[in-house]
Amino acid sequence: MNRETARRGSWSALALNRAPALTLFILLAPIAAGLLGTLLPAFGWLPVVGAADFSLEPWRALWAAPGLGQSLALSLWTGFAATALSLLLALALLATCHHTLWLRRIRQSLAPLLAVPHAALAFGLAFLIAPSGWLARWFSPWATGWERPPDLAGFGPQDPWGLSLILALLLKQTPYLLFMGLSGLSQLPLESWSSVARSLGYGPITTFFKVILPSLYPLLRLPVFAALAFSLTVVDVALIIGPSTPPTLAVQALRWFNGPELTWRLPAAAAAVLLTLLVLIALATWEGMVRLLGRLSRFWVIGGWRGGMGGIARRLALGGGGAVFACATLSMGGLLLWSFAQRWPFPLAWPERWTPDNWIGQSGNLLAMIGTTSIIGVAATALALGLSLACLEHEAHRRPTFAGRSLWLLYLPLLVPQVGFLFGIQVLLVWGGLDGGWPALVWTHVLFVLPYVFLSLADPWRAFDARYEQTALALGASRARAFWRVKLPLLRGPVAVAAALGFSVSVAQYLPTLFAGAGRHATITTEAVTLASGGNRRVIGAFAVVQAALPLLGFAAALWIAKRRT
Amino acid sequence: MAMLGKLSGGPWRRLILLLAVSLVLGVLKAAEPAWDEIEKTARGQTVYWNTWGGDEKANAYIAWVGERVKERYGIALQHVKVGDIAETVSRILAEKYAGRNEKGTVDLLWINGENFHTMKSNGLLFGPFSERLPHYPLVDTVTIPSTTLDFTEPVEGMEVPWGKSHVVFIHDAAKLQNPPKSVSELMDYIKAHPGRFTYPEPPDTLGSTFLKQILIKLTDQQEALQKPVAETTFGPVTAPLWGWLDEVRPHLWRQGQTFPQSAPALRQLLADGEIDIAFSLNPNDASAEIEKGNLRNTVRTYVLAGGTIANTHFVAIPYNSSAKEGAQVVANFLLSPEAQSRKLDPAIWGDPTVLGLEKLSPADRARFIELKRGVATLSPGELGAPLPEPHPSWVERLEAAWRARYSR
Repeated sequence: MNRETARRGSWSALALNRAPALTLFILLAPIAAGLLGTLLPAFGWLPVVGAADFSLEPWRALWAAPGLGQSLALSLWTGFAATALSLLLALALLATCHHTLWLRRIRQSLAPLLAVPHAALAFGLAFLIAPSGWLARWFSPWATGWERPPDLAGFGPQDPWGLSLILALLLKQTPYLLFMGLSGLSQLPLESWSSVARSLGYGPITTFFKVILPSLYPLLRLPVFAALAFSLTVVDVALIIGPSTPPTLAVQALRWFNGPELTWRLPAAAAAVLLTLLVLIALATWEGMVRLLGRLSRFWVIGGWRGGMGGIARRLALGGGGAVFACATLSMGGLLLWSFAQRWPFPLAWPERWTPDNWIGQSGNLLAMIGTTSIIGVAATALALGLSLACLEHEAHRRPTFAGRSLWLLYLPLLVPQVGFLFGIQVLLVWGGLDGGWPALVWTHVLFVLPYVFLSLADPWRAFDARYEQTALALGASRARAFWRVKLPLLRGPVAVAAALGFSVSVAQYLPTLFAGAGRHATITTEAVTLASGGNRRVIGAFAVVQAALPLLGFAAALWIAKRRT
Repeated sequence: MAMLGKLSGGPWRRLILLLAVSLVLGVLKAAEPAWDEIEKTARGQTVYWNTWGGDEKANAYIAWVGERVKERYGIALQHVKVGDIAETVSRILAEKYAGRNEKGTVDLLWINGENFHTMKSNGLLFGPFSERLPHYPLVDTVTIPSTTLDFTEPVEGMEVPWGKSHVVFIHDAAKLQNPPKSVSELMDYIKAHPGRFTYPEPPDTLGSTFLKQILIKLTDQQEALQKPVAETTFGPVTAPLWGWLDEVRPHLWRQGQTFPQSAPALRQLLADGEIDIAFSLNPNDASAEIEKGNLRNTVRTYVLAGGTIANTHFVAIPYNSSAKEGAQVVANFLLSPEAQSRKLDPAIWGDPTVLGLEKLSPADRARFIELKRGVATLSPGELGAPLPEPHPSWVERLEAAWRARYSR
């Protein structure tokens, strides 16, 4: 069967041809409409509050808002610091371990860290580092002399410098960038490059930075952009553990949206537009800095310095990675303990009395929300998986079309701040009478699930040895049969991991669920963030544990599928 | 009899007038659906009830209401928990924006004060309906004036009183025998014990209430607070408040750079021992938390000399609700002696009732009297006369001014 007949042939081939365009429409239409729905109010057009004239008044009001400069600076500082630190740590681990057995250990410990939602981790971290928190309790009163929690102004959750926010982001972004870095490394001829460099006398760390990184970073660029955009605009984590006087710009914009003063919707929309611009500028700045760094280091790269074995550097990097891993594990452990605690006063390191009541009392609630969360997650992941596979298959077998070449646009939902278009989407959904319904909810989740699924599938798909398929075709199998019986089973590992990743992304969505679900579909995450305002650690603990357990189960299932023999 | 005699003795005109009035009233009454009609329509409806979801006790109580209205009226109550009820106001606004004037996504919401003011003045509320509810006559509108004046805004049947709030201060009597009873004593205490006092960050309801509480105690212009805020009055009236807050700020918990986000978060700080004194809008809050094992049983409550702010919280129905009948039936159930007495029970929630006990049947009254007052709950005499809330326009201005001063 030649390419032409395949193209004209069956219905499925037709569907495949349309796949990139359809995928782009599903992603871009709501974002474009949402951005428009945010832009119009930003320039004074929101008839329901009596604003029907285009003007710059919202921008003037935004400019005059107290604390705007600080919010902006805070967003930039926390966003850049968190991304730079996570990237640095991830690269340090890769540089010092790429030639050792540690690489496999790191890979194995990543799945749980990838699975735990940001919000759950932030709750746990808040308890870990609070003045009355778990860390302080271990050392009190015997070492610190604290009979009661100390009064530490600048330290602990919600510190005015945003250090706790940076730490919370670091705990999640480092594993994510490591994961993407590992998948990038697997595409490079690591062995041959390393042995050439080694034979020339280069140390492993120098090899990494001089030989591997220049080829690895292009593969990491989009994930790093996504991490930076996320850190600059995150809402749920910043609500839980970020400063509040003033908060980051994303939180501030949301506050204005939700405030009782309806006229503040207009400056809020302007703030959302500002945040979107900020992200664009930040991405450009980052890229510029990376290029500059690349240019400046050219002299060093060709200078012939060989470097040592890097034993101390490895210990440092592993220490940093270990600290991140320990921090995340203890954060979740503290929450697990709280969910079974009856009384746990300061300075006891362990609960005074235990009880299953917190779980029993919440069981009905939890079960209902596990149901909602799973349905949305499975549906959104299935859709995203289907679309991604269709696009990748199209790419593998067809001449690239315009839509096919534009697939990088898939990353747009990760780069445009959620606050920037979700309010507009909400209005759009209400207009169409779709809000609060399952389709709207699943669609909104697909926006954020699809990029991750595509991102994690694209590399294994492109690296797939086409000769397997060609052999099947040569033996007389149809293209569809070759796909279902040869290619998919061979790639089931990456597919399963992509599905687990997609599911965990869906579970973690806060704002999209809030805006598209009309509050009618409470998921584990929306409920947990709502409960966070109440500060009841027992209940928050139970919810955060479930919030983390759901995606972990997904990853466990994925590993099982990947390892199973057919 | 005496009245009849007086009427028959009076001119005929008066009788005719009376007949005419009752006729008109009768016609009006007929134009509105009878209550059993409403109950019939309500059967099978799903009512989405949006509330602030940060208080587990309230959530558990609402779950119980859901079970009751299901078995009694066939209504499926869906509790929608939000981080701030203003989000729901925002949602209803977005629906109006999009022209969705029926089949809205919210049927009932827990509300008062500035959010009520916003919704009422933007035409986002269904009503008037509350005075037509069969249980409404049981509401004590006389001794609780805030059931008809919500932050001085006339209720006019657009929301249903649900519970009563009254500011009380909370402390552990085993650690602090003589808590500060006035605003100036409180300042002295804060300065003498740095890091051991704070208040929730406005616009949290309790945080804003704290600002109003201090303001009322410090200003000598009480009348100005009862009127809408004016540009000329805001500065001079609130100057003493900012002076007080500026002076205590460096001595607050975490040097006043960070504030707890809500009432339960403030209470958790007290439970953790991070602060010495907390406060609550629910006079039974401390007792209920002792009952739950979250606070030590030596915790007690008190009010400031000269009284503290009190208000009423309500439920309201959005203008575009898709289950207005169901929402009314739920609202009416919330006013029943059964629901109100359960709400008052410190073992359940401990939220005070809006009903007048003397209006109840002896059996219903007994439900309330049987409830033991919690160990940390003040008697009505100790609680004292409530101070009225300022006009809702003050809240927004206070919150904005607070943010301008302390959030930059």
